[in-house]
Amino acid sequence: MLNQYPLWKYLLILLILLTGLVYALPNVYGTDPSIQISATGENQIDSAAQHRVRELLEGNDISYSRITLDQQGLLVRFGGVEEQLKANDILRSGLGDNYVAAMNLAPAAPSWLTGLGALPMYLGLDLRGGLHFLMEVDTDTVMEQTYEDMSNELRTILREEKVRYQSVIQKDEALELRFPSAEEREAGEAAISAERRDLQLIEQERGGAYYLLASLTDSAITEIKKAAVKQNITTLRNRINELGVAEPIVQRQGDERVVIQLPGVQDSAQVKTVISATATLEFRLVDVENDVREAQRGRVPFGSRLYEERNGDPILLKKRVIITGERITNATSGFDQETGSPAVFVNLDGAGASRMASVTKQNIGRPMAVVFIEYKPETIREDGEEKVVTRKVEEVINVATIQGVFSKRFQITGLEPNESSNLALLLRAGALAAPIRIIEERTIGPSLGQDNIKQGTSSVLIGMILVLAFMAFWYRGFGLVANVALVVNLVLIVAVLSLLQATLTLPGIAGIVLTVGMAVDANVLIFERIREELQNGNSPQASIHAGYGKALSTIADANITTLIAAVVLFVFGTGPIKGFAITLSIGIMTSMFTAIMGTRAIVNLAVAGKKLRKLSI
Amino acid sequence: MQIFQNTNYDFTGKCRYAVFLSAALIILAIGSLAIRGLNFGLDFTGGTLLEVGYSEPVELDQVRSAIGRAGYDNAVVQHFGSSRDVMIRLAPEEGQLSATLSDDILKALKAENESVEMRRQEFVGPQIGEELRDDGGLAMLIALAFILIYVMARFEWRFAVGSIAALIHDVVIVIGFFSVTQMDFDLTVLAAVLAVIGYSLNDTIVVFDRIRENFLRMRKSQPPEVINTSLNQTLSRTVVTSLTTLLVVLAMFFLGGELIHSFAAALLVGIIIGTYSSIYVASSVALALNVNSANLIPVEKEGADQPGHEL
Repeated sequence: MLNQYPLWKYLLILLILLTGLVYALPNVYGTDPSIQISATGENQIDSAAQHRVRELLEGNDISYSRITLDQQGLLVRFGGVEEQLKANDILRSGLGDNYVAAMNLAPAAPSWLTGLGALPMYLGLDLRGGLHFLMEVDTDTVMEQTYEDMSNELRTILREEKVRYQSVIQKDEALELRFPSAEEREAGEAAISAERRDLQLIEQERGGAYYLLASLTDSAITEIKKAAVKQNITTLRNRINELGVAEPIVQRQGDERVVIQLPGVQDSAQVKTVISATATLEFRLVDVENDVREAQRGRVPFGSRLYEERNGDPILLKKRVIITGERITNATSGFDQETGSPAVFVNLDGAGASRMASVTKQNIGRPMAVVFIEYKPETIREDGEEKVVTRKVEEVINVATIQGVFSKRFQITGLEPNESSNLALLLRAGALAAPIRIIEERTIGPSLGQDNIKQGTSSVLIGMILVLAFMAFWYRGFGLVANVALVVNLVLIVAVLSLLQATLTLPGIAGIVLTVGMAVDANVLIFERIREELQNGNSPQASIHAGYGKALSTIADANITTLIAAVVLFVFGTGPIKGFAITLSIGIMTSMFTAIMGTRAIVNLAVAGKKLRKLSI
Repeated sequence: MQIFQNTNYDFTGKCRYAVFLSAALIILAIGSLAIRGLNFGLDFTGGTLLEVGYSEPVELDQVRSAIGRAGYDNAVVQHFGSSRDVMIRLAPEEGQLSATLSDDILKALKAENESVEMRRQEFVGPQIGEELRDDGGLAMLIALAFILIYVMARFEWRFAVGSIAALIHDVVIVIGFFSVTQMDFDLTVLAAVLAVIGYSLNDTIVVFDRIRENFLRMRKSQPPEVINTSLNQTLSRTVVTSLTTLLVVLAMFFLGGELIHSFAAALLVGIIIGTYSSIYVASSVALALNVNSANLIPVEKEGADQPGHEL
């Protein structure tokens, strides 16, 4: 019999439809404005914390709808954004440093749905508001630092092996070591290759002098750069967690770039100073044996370096660092109890503490300096071309006489109030391995996000209604069948997007709108064919059969070419182009299913086994 | 509802006029591109953009002077969508490194008028702009190449050339439209141009499919006649699909908001041109390349050998 589907096909269609409905459903419930509270460090979220949160909210007359506890911490849901904002301020100040409060949008769907993994669509920043950064890691600075360290290391090796050398200088991508004789060079080469097997060593003779060129292999350079980017990502994650942002995205993009997305964050200025800051500390002893003025005239004693204090005074410090910021495990900002000036309270790890203890023990009564190091981007002109380089700025923020032995905990003063709180945060989160700079930034305010959702949804709905009306008018009964398929198609697109948790953006909505317009194309092709067959004098049943059959290859060809365009867009496109390509590709695939199988099933159910004289087409 | 029943328009005969029209449009597009160029959006030029909203309609001069006082005289200030929304754009500045600029401007505007609210803020480094431009152009070329391969494998090289000619025709005219109107050409518009490629191709493929089918059935007819019949047979579908797509794009154009306005405009122009080109350009080129039934015999086509379809 013509125009009948086997039972399994109906069941399959039904199954897909039901699955689609379940996964699209969470979008109907939407999201609740909420605050996620998590503990920092060793602190834990317990009933006491829960009680405190409740107390804070009730004490300030803020109504909330629900508090739940899960692995991520406490989740407090609110009726509106205003309560959420107010509660955020109160919880942040009320809970102190041990907890982090982050504003969030929690799915409002009932638990049986979320239990199935059914979540609402993941909205992009242009729809929910937030910050997007693309940052570039300055790996040149990493390499500079690597060569500097390497040069120190090679000098030490040569000194320890008692090899006489004349100079070690950096030349392009290598270090050039100058030796007085071929024998000394031989000895130096042996000593270096024993210690550093990864170095490439090349001998050279120029103008009667003996040189050895030490360079890193290409793979070693790549490794170093990779490690720097990786460490930067870790540090950036820590810093962002300190800021209390819900669902942040920190991802590597390409070799030297990092993408950061912070939904819901508005204050880009604060975020920028925190994430791109490279501030760290070094502790050094002051060189009191030598004269600063001598050093200023260019005669810096061996083993010391000339620094500047904040007021511009020169100061001579020992080259050897006692400890660096890496040894700091915790830092909080506050005020010095005696003077009331801003202070940072620092905790050191085991190695740092024992080193600090032994140094302070040997140097009681001598001054120690705290050096504040920051990398600042700067434009220079080189061969007439603008170039951005990162400059290391080192300032001595504090010089104090060591009064007694200290090790694990101590305080640092000499900073401005906002500097001390930022420095504390940076020390907690760790230092960046290499300076980074923002090369792209996009911020969407919450009101614009709301507007975008509203306008996007209304254009989908109005566009849809227009198409539905047109189809019903143009194709009558068959038009209604196509309309059912179109609505199901929209449900399926939403379901697939929710299931994949692909990011829905405004161009993504545009992709959906376009799919709605184009999805009926398959049905138009089929219906026009049926009409033609009817005109050729075929029976209604035969016309339906032939119409679907003949249109199939045309539909496939047409959709595959569009799909090619969409996939290329997805692979090569960035940002808005990608968002558009995702929904377009999903839409093409779901529309093939609904427009061909879906409408056929309905038509078959309606006409199978019936004697038809006319079709409503 | 049925309008295009048994139509018999002489499309191939009107080919000459179509050539004139297409040539005129393409010359206009290329001329405008050469003389005026495109008004590239922030994505491609790099720079800083700030969109702010006020609670009351605001005078642009006021905003301009506030920004000027902050030390940014070269800012482009214009209304965006409504008289309460203002868009401020700054070209990439020499030595401007971080994205602190927009914060400065926002502060200056806040000092002038408390009600100002940040809606959108973008900073694109010049190097990113260049990359986005290159990547976008590359994506377009790759898409065209893949489509060419697919159509060649599925049909015949004459059809492939015809469809690519139609696509280039459409792309040039849509981009030309942006040059003539000087609307912002940004990443979303590029996406729209690529969508137009997909859409116009969709149309062309449907027509070609029918031409191939008819070449096998109408063995005795001359190529122009076969093509004309095919165009007439698919006319209803071409018009209906274009109409439904235009309906949703119009909804997007009027309701979708300022951010996808240019996107919708590109689609609007593209769909109209794409529909026209799939009727007049693609098959004319195939015809000009002497496409005939002999080229298509080896291709087995389903449905071609079914009884009851001889005309």
